This record gives sequence, C-alpha cells and structure tokens, in this order.
Amino acid sequence: MNPLVIAGKSYNSRLLVGTGKYQDFEQTRQAIEASGAEIVTVAIRRTNIGQDPKQPSLLDAVPPSKYTYLPNTAGCYTADDAIRTLRLAREMLDGHDLVKLEVLGDPDTLYPNVSETLKAAEVLVKDGFKVMVYTSDDPIMAKQLEETGCVAIMPLASLIGSGMGILNPWNLQIIIDRIQVPVIVDAGVGTASDATIAMELGCDAVLMNTAIAGAQNPVLMASAMKKAVEAGREAFLAGRMPKKVYQASPSSPAGGMIGS
Amino acid sequence: MLLDMSGRLKVITVSLNGETRQFDSPIKVAQLLDQLGLTGKRLAVERNGEIVPKSQHAETAVENGDVLEIVVAVGGG
Repeated sequence: MNPLVIAGKSYNSRLLVGTGKYQDFEQTRQAIEASGAEIVTVAIRRTNIGQDPKQPSLLDAVPPSKYTYLPNTAGCYTADDAIRTLRLAREMLDGHDLVKLEVLGDPDTLYPNVSETLKAAEVLVKDGFKVMVYTSDDPIMAKQLEETGCVAIMPLASLIGSGMGILNPWNLQIIIDRIQVPVIVDAGVGTASDATIAMELGCDAVLMNTAIAGAQNPVLMASAMKKAVEAGREAFLAGRMPKKVYQASPSSPAGGMIGS
Repeated sequence: MLLDMSGRLKVITVSLNGETRQFDSPIKVAQLLDQLGLTGKRLAVERNGEIVPKSQHAETAVENGDVLEIVVAVGGG
C-alpha cells in the first residue's frame, strides 16, 4: 500500500486520532493502540499547579517516542490565541513543527472561523510551522489555505463531535480534485461506514476522536475504524464498478441452463 | 514588605496560570519549576507573554508581578 506522505514524512496508517474524552489513560492507550494510528492530536493546556507531579500523564499512555504528536489549537477563537498556543507547543516538544491549526467560530457549533484560520496559517507557515489545517468544506477556502503553504487540508465532514457523518460529499469531492497536498476529513465521523465513505471519495486520511472515544466500546470501535479506513482506501484504489440503475448483468453464466 | 540588604523584595507575588502565588526571591524559572515538582516534565513556560526557552530556564529570573503560564500536553481531538 502506498503510504500517506505529510510534509515529506511517510506514514503507514491513514487514520489519525485524538486523545481526548476517554475514561482514563489506560483506555486511551488501548484505543489508540487498536486504531493503529501513528499520528495523535493533543491539546495544550495550563498544567494543574499543586497536583501530584507523579500522577500518570498522557505522555505515559501515549509516549511521544512511539507516536507523532500533533498539537492542536482546540478551544482557540482567534488567530493570535492559536499562534501563541502552537509556539508554546513547539517549545514544549523541542522544536517539533507539525501542528494542527483550528480556529473556532462559536462554542455552540464549533464551526471553524475561516478568516481567522487563514490569518493564523499565514503567520505560522512564515514562522516555519508545518500546518495541517482544520477548515470548512468550502473548496475556495481550502485552495487559499493550500496556497498559503499548509501541508494538509482538513475539511469537516460535519460538526465537531456531532457524529453526523459526511453531509456534503460533493464539496469534499471538489476539494479532493483540486488540492495537491493531503486532504484529511477531520470531524463529524460517527461510525465505521462514514470513515470508509470518506476514503472511497479519495480522501488521503481521516482524523477522528469522538467517534472512537464516544462509542460504547471505544477499543472495539478503534479497531473497526482501522479496518474501515483500510477498506475505503483499498476500494478507492481498486476503482469501483460503474453504477447502473438496471440493465441486469448476472454474475453467473446466462447459457447452459438445464432444460434450455 | 520584606526587603533584602540591597532593597529588593524577599518575597515576590506572581500570577501563575491565573492564580496568585508567592515565592522567595531571587528565583529563576528553573528553581520555580523545581519548587512546583515540575522539573524534567515536558512543558513550556511563558513569562509576560514571551516564551522562555528550556535552555534559558536556569538563568531567567522571575520578578515581582510577572505573569507566568506553564502548559503541558493533555488529551484532545
């Protein structure tokens, strides 16, 4: 299978996963292991002053030596906050420059604020970051973000955490057709078939968190998602048969019927 | 207000992740992290809006009234 290449680096898995919303770090560890993901998103937050420093942390469950960390700007509503957050992430991760930029528009929908996103992308790319950018499924915005120098365009399938699946496959198709860097569906996947459909459309990868963490059995869903992404990718590469409303073409020979 | 021989504050008040905290002065960033039990942790420090690189934790002094942010990686999507 041809690998996923982001900013010149190859990855075997086309499933990227978040590390939030799990019951505990053990469940996080198991689910991420089962997903087969190599890239995991993390959030940047104030450390809990006064908490026992020996308490287990995300870094124990999901060691940065084993996974590629993708620090995100979840919770940021302005370009300035997102830029500040990612500069701190780069310092924390010793110069690591592959990041996920998301600038949100409002707390009810978590829909991206694309003008702030574009502003932040311009600054971050100039500052040497390799920016994977979360955006709407607007093909024009996707193109502008690519032209800014983002290394992956990550349109939503539907709203963050909604599990509503792919609401506009036609827009995704336009984005996939026109964008040269990897296109990664980020947000909105609810179950395995959603991930498969995204990959069948020709997406390069899928990023998800709640679809796994919010399942009744997250570890089993992580395994399902791994297979779903692989199946969708193989189906895309195989090239599906043309759709026909009718004009039957039986799978068994038409001749040689008994009594003919 | 407690002052040392050269007229400097012996105890400084800083904002640490939004909380008011007091520390004996003088104190460097590295010593402050040590007092918080955070030495060796994977974190980043911002002082008055500017990142203090790890390589400068040992020599960067924390002053009275500083606004400090100490961040870590947590679970997120």
